[in-house]
Amino acid sequence: MASIAFLLNGTLQRCDVSPDTSILTLLREHLAQTGTKEGCASGDCGACTVAIGESTTGTQTFSSANACITPAHQLQGRHLVTVEGLTKEKHLHPAQQAMIECHGSQCGFCTPGIVMSLFTLHDDIRQRCAPRASERAQGRSQELSQELSQERLEATLGGNLCRCTGYRPIRDAALRMNDIPYERPQWFDAALPVEKGETLSIDSEGNASFFAQPESLAELTQLRHRAPDARLVAGGTDLWLETTQRLATLNQLIDISRVSELLIIEETTFEGQPGWWIGAGVTYSRLYPLFKEYFPAFAHLLHRLGSEQIRNRGTLGGNIANASPIGDTPPVLLVLGAQVELASTKRHRCLSLENFFLDYKKTALATDEIISRIFIPQPAKNQQLRVWKLSKRREDDISAVLGAFSYRLEQDVMRDVRIAFGGMAATPKRALNSEAALEGQTLSPDGFRAAQQALASDFQPMGDVRGSEHYRQQAAANLLERLYLTLSAPNQEVMLHAYAH
Amino acid sequence: MRTLTKLDGDSSRARRELHDHIQGSGPLARHTIENHAVDNTSSRQAGNASYHESAEKHVTGKAAYIDDLKTPADALHIALGLSPIAHGTLTKLNLDAVKQAAGVIDVITFHDVPGHTDIGPVFPGDPIFVDTNISYAGQCLFAVAATSLQAARRAVILAKIDIDEQPARLDPVEATEREEFVRPTHVQERGDWQQALHHAEQLIEGNLFIGGQEHFYLEGQACVVLPTEDEGVIVQTSNQHPSETQKLVAEVLGIPFHAVTVEVRRMGGGFGGKETQASPWACIAAIIARRTGKATRLRLPRREDMHATGKRHPFHNRYKLAIDAQGVIQGGEITVIGDCGYSPDLSDAIVDRAMFHADNAYSLGDVKVTGHRAKTHTASNTAFRGFGGPQGMMIIEAAMDDIARQVGEDPLTIRKRNFYREGRDVTHYGQQVDQQQLLHTLVETLEKDSDYWARRKAISAFNVNSPVIKKGLALTPVKFGISFTAQHLNQAGALLHVYTDGSVMINHGGTEMGQGLHTKICQVVARELGLDLDNVRISATRTDKVPNTSPTAASSGADLNGMAARDAASKLRERLFDFATEHFSEGLDREGMRLADGMLIAGFGKSKRSIPWGELIQTAYLHRISLSEKGFYATPLIHYDRSVGQGRPFYYYAFGAAVAEVSVDTLSGEYQIDRVDILHDVGEALNPAIDMGQVEGGFIQGMGWLTSEELKWNDKGVLVTDGPATYKIPTFGDLPAVFNVALLEGHPNSMASLYRSKAVGEPPFMLGICVWSALRDALSSLTDYQLSPHLDTPATPERVMLAANLIRKKAL
Repeated sequence: MASIAFLLNGTLQRCDVSPDTSILTLLREHLAQTGTKEGCASGDCGACTVAIGESTTGTQTFSSANACITPAHQLQGRHLVTVEGLTKEKHLHPAQQAMIECHGSQCGFCTPGIVMSLFTLHDDIRQRCAPRASERAQGRSQELSQELSQERLEATLGGNLCRCTGYRPIRDAALRMNDIPYERPQWFDAALPVEKGETLSIDSEGNASFFAQPESLAELTQLRHRAPDARLVAGGTDLWLETTQRLATLNQLIDISRVSELLIIEETTFEGQPGWWIGAGVTYSRLYPLFKEYFPAFAHLLHRLGSEQIRNRGTLGGNIANASPIGDTPPVLLVLGAQVELASTKRHRCLSLENFFLDYKKTALATDEIISRIFIPQPAKNQQLRVWKLSKRREDDISAVLGAFSYRLEQDVMRDVRIAFGGMAATPKRALNSEAALEGQTLSPDGFRAAQQALASDFQPMGDVRGSEHYRQQAAANLLERLYLTLSAPNQEVMLHAYAH
Repeated sequence: MRTLTKLDGDSSRARRELHDHIQGSGPLARHTIENHAVDNTSSRQAGNASYHESAEKHVTGKAAYIDDLKTPADALHIALGLSPIAHGTLTKLNLDAVKQAAGVIDVITFHDVPGHTDIGPVFPGDPIFVDTNISYAGQCLFAVAATSLQAARRAVILAKIDIDEQPARLDPVEATEREEFVRPTHVQERGDWQQALHHAEQLIEGNLFIGGQEHFYLEGQACVVLPTEDEGVIVQTSNQHPSETQKLVAEVLGIPFHAVTVEVRRMGGGFGGKETQASPWACIAAIIARRTGKATRLRLPRREDMHATGKRHPFHNRYKLAIDAQGVIQGGEITVIGDCGYSPDLSDAIVDRAMFHADNAYSLGDVKVTGHRAKTHTASNTAFRGFGGPQGMMIIEAAMDDIARQVGEDPLTIRKRNFYREGRDVTHYGQQVDQQQLLHTLVETLEKDSDYWARRKAISAFNVNSPVIKKGLALTPVKFGISFTAQHLNQAGALLHVYTDGSVMINHGGTEMGQGLHTKICQVVARELGLDLDNVRISATRTDKVPNTSPTAASSGADLNGMAARDAASKLRERLFDFATEHFSEGLDREGMRLADGMLIAGFGKSKRSIPWGELIQTAYLHRISLSEKGFYATPLIHYDRSVGQGRPFYYYAFGAAVAEVSVDTLSGEYQIDRVDILHDVGEALNPAIDMGQVEGGFIQGMGWLTSEELKWNDKGVLVTDGPATYKIPTFGDLPAVFNVALLEGHPNSMASLYRSKAVGEPPFMLGICVWSALRDALSSLTDYQLSPHLDTPATPERVMLAANLIRKKAL
């Protein structure tokens, strides 16, 4: 047990919780705040959505999170806002009022989570549009309609399942809430507790139960060295399922989410290549602007990676360390030629990502090492990137097959071809034979047919819950056909924009 | 006079104004609401678009679900030990380590059940715990009660279970060949179907696998049980059928029914999944509550919920039909095989309903419909919105598309030719289709409003020039029979109290699962008593308020309970009229006496006299007039003779139709729903906003069933899609980009239903079939509409891609 201090709906709370306590457990079982619901305890349904506030220059910004898989300890010094907090003195928040007006609740069980997702959208829009709004009302409504694009609404609400309404009234509520007069209450920006959380120190055997929250890389590698069995947690979006679904004991946790070096995105050169070092603790949400500018196809993939709640918490380092064959970013990073930097108390070393994945869920990471940063080279001139994810559902689903393709076209000749797939092998893996079949070839059906045939020697996929073996083989081959079509008939629509472009 | 409260007219007006402000007339509210513009001065009685009675509680987190209920500090938390395998014999169950685990207070198995051990709802076959025979993976072996849920769940893992595993039989078609059934096969026949096939101008046949569906109610199965001071229990449960749970808990405990009270305030979604599937947990929690004398809490974690409870029946259907050159069905044969899982549960009635809907909106002519109830080693499949009806309809809708390709006509043309019509208006089970003209009107209106033929032309042109992306269009109708097919269930009761301040409390046998039933019932009472909706309150459904109730199922909630509530309210009203006529010395005229706007009004014009409701009630009380009334309703006319497969099982039919336009990427199998237009028949809407919610929500749920929601078991019979990570219900982005939904107006129910309304819970679910049909239409374009591609459901991107791969022209 260790003590944490945070704001709950504007009021200071101090609680003693064990390392494996989630925010949802803290709310429902320790604090008797049952407005936040458990729908799945796996971060997939959004019924437990809460908002977590962090201070940026005096005002707080709130981001949504799944309380069921977020460690309570990470609330230290933060502001937790729940559905109970939004209504003060019987004044409903516009998100709540709009949900009533638009008949947005039926059974009501998903509703608190939906209200919280709408709340984060509402607050974000007001923070960014408000100052100029008073100046020109018309400008504001234009700005609002941009903010409320279908894409933005999908991003906000894609992680909130509703089984009753069919979502239309919820969409109406999202559009309606901004027209309801509202004054941002002062408690939104109440002072955050600054004291450091108590964490039990680790004894020499490393046996104690603890939740350590280092703030520097040196501290982190020290801790890793002393407690090699402790689990690292950043977003917890996968780790926490071990406790909620498989009942594993998570009694030794090292939280990397506050290690300053791990939170940096730095534009620099590495081994003569310009590019970016991305801290392993950078969340998908924070990566988005960079990707949008330099790798639009990668940015589009992020829209389809998890949900907003997950993207606000999950990290690039976590997606790599997890080494799942169906992680979304590794195939893309493979074709981009990414490097990973591994750090321990003794040394820092760099590996190309290909050499990092050894086998199913096995990596080159030594027991005393952590992933500190990932290097992504800048795209070369004329380098093209295509990322195509296939899944049962467009939003918030895990890939059955994900294909990433990087190449240059020099007068119709394919150069620097790198192809990688997720879902086709025990690890995310490059399709070396298929690449070879295309490298240096002019655009022709023959070359791509050869590349399709080469896939058979690159991959022998398995059938599982997300797709049969046959489907995976066919799908990978068809993605090569799609690539051929996009190159040979660039004016032809050969995919659906919402899925891929 | 302590029983009388001072009535303040101002305060009730203020309350009304406040609520008027938030009832859905805002500019972005949906267009039916604009059509049925809320009149701010009216009192939001039945017929009005009032918001859900719990809406404000929903959005503020105050609405309490089972797991939110407080219990005493020493309450026990229960976790279940479930079978890891699908079929076998339990040879040893060693629970020593479980009993010794930290926090464990009690552990029970089959042998600890004091009363009945079989909790089958209609037919026997559902043991509360496994004795020796294991019939599905997820079947309950034992239960652990501990001081915390975590302690109970961790203790469960310590059990040592020895099972003599046998191969699981999972194929319902093979089961049918071996005649392994949970109930006998049923047949409906009309005319000489063999002759029809024999003399057919053309024959057409086909088959289809229709996948099941997980309910995925957001609130999982849950109950809280409190032991009472006598031998009984109070059960709070998330449950569509409190009376059955009362019966089963009493039988399992071996106590009379009156010792058990079951209470349901609301469910976080039901959809049929809490009709029979909510009872086992209440029974287990009740046994432990009685053994320990402590309150018990049991809620299934999502994964266990998905393993332990039944789902929508998967079906394997086939047809062989005789058609003429115009594609009009002359007769033939349809066979449906429902995959019932390991026990009967409600499967007899579900497969019956699939048979009753194998015609959907079409006259089949001389036909034989056969329904098998196959037994397999999975959880016992159960009720789910539509109750077999959707699965039955799918085969005839598949046939319509197939016929269209065979005779070279547009599928809509073929559908319309086959509609029930003059001279062909009797179903294969002998019921005449009333209002068949309504079906024609509805479809013609939708066809026009959705611009079907212009879009058909545009889509055909688009497809010619688009080798990969193919668009598809389909209009499918729905005709759904309303009534429980088990006649005795078509009854309902209500209990109405008026308190001396004039406030009204209504209770009825139905349960609230989000469908707005309680809102509608309050509106009915408000309308009957001429009151504002704020004066009428509803509380939890309880077996000690209204007894011997039917499940809230079969779309019947408002039809049955609304009528019972109306009965109670109108009886009380008549009594008040009698009293007023006699009591008020001014001589009120009994003739034309009415309740409106919170007043009793007598006479007209100059002789009009008004007495405020509160004054009326207080005066009646002082004169010892009963202010409480019960109501009852039983649906008239319905009957069905199973021995001959003929009758009139349905009081009436509800109709609807939907058009979907889709775009399919034939390379990847990905698709999107570009536009959907719906026109649906609810008679005279009881609450247009709530009815719209049912139509839209039902459509999306039906679309999910046929597209992304795929249940998979491994070859040992263990469910592998056991959480939202692998089982994908529609999410926000699956909402069609253009979604035009309207309720058919000006067509009241031809039967004397509640204010001539129609049931709306299930029928819209089947509107989702148009999406599947549109996907097939898009695929068919790959063959220039010559072939009708086979497309089992759910039509996942995998199925769509593999279907396309068989027929598309490859670029490489």
